[in-house]
Amino acid sequence: MYWNKTIETLSPADLADLQLKRLKTTLAQVMKVGFYQKKFRDEGVRLEDVKTLADVSKLPFTRKQDLRNGYPFGFFAVPLNQVVRIHTTSGTTGKPTVVGYTRADLDTWSELIARNMTMVGLTKDDVFQNMVNYGMFTGGLGFHYGAEKIGMTVIPSATGNTKRQIEMIQDFGVTAIHCTPSYAMHLAEVAEEMDASLDTLKTGLFGAEPWSDSMRAELERKLGVTAYDSYGLSELFGPGVAFECPERDGLHIWHDCYLVEIIDPVSGDVLGDGERGELVVTPLMKEAMPLVRYRTGDVTMTIEDGCLCGRAKKIARITGRSDDMLVIRGINVFPSQIEHVLLKIPEVGNQFMVYVDRVNHLDEMTIDVEIDKGHFSGELHDLARIQKKVMKQLRDALELRTTVNIVEPGSLPRFEGKAKRVVDRRGSM
Amino acid sequence: MTETRNYIIKQISVFSENRPGRLAAIAHALEEEKINILAFSIAEANGFGVVRALVDHPKKAYDKLTSIGFNVAFTDVIAVKMRDEPGGLYEIAKILGDAKINIEYSYAYSGKEGAVLILRVDNAPAAITGILTGGGTLIETSVFH
Ligand SMILES: [Zn+2]
Repeated sequence: MYWNKTIETLSPADLADLQLKRLKTTLAQVMKVGFYQKKFRDEGVRLEDVKTLADVSKLPFTRKQDLRNGYPFGFFAVPLNQVVRIHTTSGTTGKPTVVGYTRADLDTWSELIARNMTMVGLTKDDVFQNMVNYGMFTGGLGFHYGAEKIGMTVIPSATGNTKRQIEMIQDFGVTAIHCTPSYAMHLAEVAEEMDASLDTLKTGLFGAEPWSDSMRAELERKLGVTAYDSYGLSELFGPGVAFECPERDGLHIWHDCYLVEIIDPVSGDVLGDGERGELVVTPLMKEAMPLVRYRTGDVTMTIEDGCLCGRAKKIARITGRSDDMLVIRGINVFPSQIEHVLLKIPEVGNQFMVYVDRVNHLDEMTIDVEIDKGHFSGELHDLARIQKKVMKQLRDALELRTTVNIVEPGSLPRFEGKAKRVVDRRGSM
Repeated sequence: MTETRNYIIKQISVFSENRPGRLAAIAHALEEEKINILAFSIAEANGFGVVRALVDHPKKAYDKLTSIGFNVAFTDVIAVKMRDEPGGLYEIAKILGDAKINIEYSYAYSGKEGAVLILRVDNAPAAITGILTGGGTLIETSVFH
């Protein structure tokens, strides 16, 4: 199902025309922002230099830190009396990032949410419980307005009081939910404890944190939903930037609103389809806070193959943050790729540590991984077999030879919050 | 079958990284529980190893080591008495060879039962039958609690 079939299935040529037109409008809009006036002047970039979509690569990047430096309203391209809403994203350090919306921005944003929800088969006949924070976080109001636009029956339940959430699902006959995957897991567990049936549910929209395919399978089994991955970030309106279609093999990103590039996070070079790198987005429909080549920090790749649903090019599910990337013998490695490999090998745990050394001018990567308690047979040759298996699967996934140490269960550090799994010893002696 | 079962002994196999102090930690933990280590060997490869030990209370040893975080498994082994004089090992080896028993590993100890050879074989019941028929003497399970 399509919310806006014409735009969602534009031919590649028509889409490119529309993108270029909107890019030019956006660039005119960003020149109202002091930061960009100075940046473009300092870097000797002129708007006339952007004649094609590919020319966007001549423009400078915008980083999260730039937005922080602009606190609070430094990136607004319109007077405050045209800004009808403000959200912030929590900064782990220092000031939050402020994002602002004009009335047209809110319309565009809710249109994208409406497209996503329609794409996965939701209609005005659905009853939708939105179990995310409704405050400064964009997830609450973002989905709320999109669902209302479709005409769904919206329950703004927000977070907390899980028992009450379950009662509402039952009493109101809720068919679709939106929350973080970890909250969905909690919901499922509480429902199990209460012996409560959630059999009206059919669709689960999950986002705002990374979740694995095995978690998807578990959520679907426990909640009786089909689960879809939702991607977005406040700097690009909020949730709704990209979303899985029923194929659930990558996320459709809305190219009429977002000009997508994947770059090598170190060199800044633009990468091709199938090459993993950092997602860089130039929003094409933002009025209050237009951005140029915004570095999301999220790692993905564009998928060359088309999709059965007829929408444009997809991106892969996010597999980590670009800050974590390592360059080993010229090959980009993300710790999340290692995690992904380990998740699929039952004989080892999911905790790991990566050590990088330079030995005889060559980068050497060593990965410590715990044996899974239940898979220790007592035999040395079984351990050697597990070690070989892990090395082979890592080599296949990373295209890189690594050394794997099998270590005792529970011996690797556990991290609360941001994990520091990589020790790069190449700089030190 | 009932008969061969009487000769199968539970060796404890402990996963251990090759780093200083791991063996001491295992030995200390067993000492705390007053568990006697009759024999042990260490097998290692590529940075990790397995400490194999024959103890007088295998179950107690398993529980203790597991409780302090070690990864422990039971491994079925058999223990053959060996004449403690020249030719003692040859005698046993010949019996095993004649019975076509495949040895995965072995280690020995000398205790109040005399010299004992501990064997990990691919087919323990067949090995037991072969050894007994060949005139060898096996230590019974009941020696261990
Ligand atoms: Zn699709």
